[in-house]
Amino acid sequence: MTPRIAFRSAAAAVALALAGAAGAQTTLRIGLAEDPDALDPTKARTYVGRIVFASICDKLFDIDEKLNIVPQLALSHETSADGRSVTIRLRPGVKFHDGEPFDAEAAKFSLERHLNEQGSFRRAEIAQIDKVAVLDPMTIRLALKAPFAPLMAQLTDRAGMMVSPKAARALGDKFGTAPVCAGPYKFTERVAQDRIVVDRFPDYWDKGRVTIDRIVYRPIQDSTVRLANLRSGQLDLLERMLATDIDAVKKDNRLRLATGVELGYQGITINVANGEKANSPLGKDARVRRALELSIDREAIDNVVFNGVQTPNNQWVSPSNPFYQAKFPTPKRDVARARALLKEAGVTGPVTLDFMVPNNPETRAVAEVIQSMAAEAGFDLKIRVTEFATSLNEAEKGNFQLYMLAWSGRTDPDGNLFSFASCKGPLNYGRFCDPAMDELLQKARSVTSMAERKALYEQVAAKWLTEGSVIYLYHRALLFAHSARLDGFKVMPDGLIRVTDLKLK
Amino acid sequence: MLSFLPRRLLQLVPTLFLVSVLIFLLQQLLPGDPALVMAGEEADPAVIEQIRQKYRLDQPLPMQYLHWIGGVLRGDLGESMRIQQPVATLIAEKLPVTLQLAAMAMVFAIAIGIPAGIVSAVRKGTAWDVGANVLALGGLSVPNFWLGILMIFLFSVTLGWLPASGFVSPFEDLGQSLATTVMPAFVLGSGIAAVLMRHMRSAMLQAMSADYVRTARAKGLLEHVVVIRHALRNALTPVITLGALEFGTLLSGAVLTEQVFSIPGFGKLIVDAVFNRDYAVVQGVVLVTATVYILLNLLADVLYVLVNPRLRS
Repeated sequence: MTPRIAFRSAAAAVALALAGAAGAQTTLRIGLAEDPDALDPTKARTYVGRIVFASICDKLFDIDEKLNIVPQLALSHETSADGRSVTIRLRPGVKFHDGEPFDAEAAKFSLERHLNEQGSFRRAEIAQIDKVAVLDPMTIRLALKAPFAPLMAQLTDRAGMMVSPKAARALGDKFGTAPVCAGPYKFTERVAQDRIVVDRFPDYWDKGRVTIDRIVYRPIQDSTVRLANLRSGQLDLLERMLATDIDAVKKDNRLRLATGVELGYQGITINVANGEKANSPLGKDARVRRALELSIDREAIDNVVFNGVQTPNNQWVSPSNPFYQAKFPTPKRDVARARALLKEAGVTGPVTLDFMVPNNPETRAVAEVIQSMAAEAGFDLKIRVTEFATSLNEAEKGNFQLYMLAWSGRTDPDGNLFSFASCKGPLNYGRFCDPAMDELLQKARSVTSMAERKALYEQVAAKWLTEGSVIYLYHRALLFAHSARLDGFKVMPDGLIRVTDLKLK
Repeated sequence: MLSFLPRRLLQLVPTLFLVSVLIFLLQQLLPGDPALVMAGEEADPAVIEQIRQKYRLDQPLPMQYLHWIGGVLRGDLGESMRIQQPVATLIAEKLPVTLQLAAMAMVFAIAIGIPAGIVSAVRKGTAWDVGANVLALGGLSVPNFWLGILMIFLFSVTLGWLPASGFVSPFEDLGQSLATTVMPAFVLGSGIAAVLMRHMRSAMLQAMSADYVRTARAKGLLEHVVVIRHALRNALTPVITLGALEFGTLLSGAVLTEQVFSIPGFGKLIVDAVFNRDYAVVQGVVLVTATVYILLNLLADVLYVLVNPRLRS
């Protein structure tokens, strides 16, 4: 072989290899349980939307597998001794998808947008921020109206997502149709109810951890169909699998199962002071509420309806959470004690209750199990299956005595409790109000030491778990199934799909 | 011969006006507050108030209606509260999808239903007739979503021949487009085929016993000429109307099938909008569906005239 021919064949081989590499674009197809709402971190409000944001919008901070807060677009943070100011140093060399640099001005812009934009759903989450000051090009200082412990946790979610000021100004209230952030993938296109496509961002600050070229999110509502799509190879990963499909996935050697415990919970909200329906023995007397709780066997619900995959619990955070109160374990079912409590409360004859249950097969099954258990203790639950949107309205109006309500969960324990248990909490449908407990809840927000907060929550638990208006039932398992080709997938506590470190074999 | 057309088109105006008022009012009967649904877990009272203002939910109903219908007359159907895209864009995106699906379903329905109806009428009482009837009964009684899931399991999961879900536009890739729509179209078409078959059969039976068929036979015409040129032509009229109406129903009635095959069509659009109380989308979609439905009816009348010479006076 002459050198010339050798060179030519080598060049041809290189060209072929390059063409091969270019042709082998990798695409990860993720099946979602719903179609997300507008993709604007300021205005978004759905859980499913947060799954998509995890690939396009990086945040100041993130959480790790153990719920610790770790830096993402920030490098570090420091809270002043009085808790009223937080200094955040930002990561240098970060670019937004439109090539604009991420700096202190951009961070200030994003936070102020969350605070001031019309229709912002983030305002309430970070309302304690009074001012955002730029100290130098890579440092901002947040001045707080009052010390606010959950702030950092809020900045690990949508309130901490940074958007390109240039794009946000240009698009105005249409930003959600073409979001420009600083995440590992950039938004490419969206066809409502069909797909959201994002492509690898070559200038991502942590690009070494991104190997898949494109991600396509596909909303497929029916869980059976979603799984069928995974099995036929139209999807590589799916979220919110049914517990009843676990065995089928385990048996299929082309598939893998990944599970975790959610940050949220499934519970029953009790109407204690919201309108006329609160005028029941249940609404008036905490002993009747405890009797109802004692009539319920949480383990049995889990075993009967979910094959034992959920985490039964009686608190607003799961047993693996650092804020779990071990002093208040889940009470065992005790029908005799429940009957005795009813007697003590002077209740004779069955307590008839209007039990509003959102229309979903699993929730309905849980309600039916509870109904039969409670009957043994002397409760007559009338299940009223109600479409979800209607149920929200009914709850707001107080047209219920028991309301089966799930919460998707927040990183900080405050996010699982304050809105439901404080006197003016917007999700306090039962209108429970106890000024002393309100004070404790406020205080738990303002101190930053973990030990102090935990002690305060212990006092809250003593009150709330005995007299309160929510009976917690269980934490749902986060169930994912993916193809064996996908490597590196880890379930995070918030259930959102982190797309860095994923590989397709 | 089509002198009724202008008059019928003019009648569209009051009909659509009534439809628009009706959708608007019926929607208000839906329990549930759109602002609450939209806010969802983030039920911050200040934001809920803002949503009410932005979408004029705080104004009296007549004002809301006037604002909406004013926009419609200017060609603006409003904006989806949920995903903040113009309703017109959403409709323009979804309508062709469902139209393609409906058209393919009708092809299946006609290709199966009409010949089966003719055969079972002409061969009345034979095994052909019984077989066609059994099939029709099956087509009518098997629920769409169940047949859909079975087909996915057979053709996608087990055999791997067809994609289990999704939609590809025919302008992008015709082969893929047909591959993604053939199963849902068959599922949708099977039910309609059964309806068409039953009607075709009874219309044919009636026609076959009519005097003009006896006359045609007496003239010594070949049997297939009698069946096709004489009986079928007359028997087709009611079937055409039925076909047009069924096609109209497909536009919004393909919901379950679209759900099972995850096809981003019209039915899915309206069902999601109703559950999310996305008023502007519901109103827009119903208005467009009503218009198409009325136009299809008109088309059926035109076809009538073309098929039946007696109406051509």
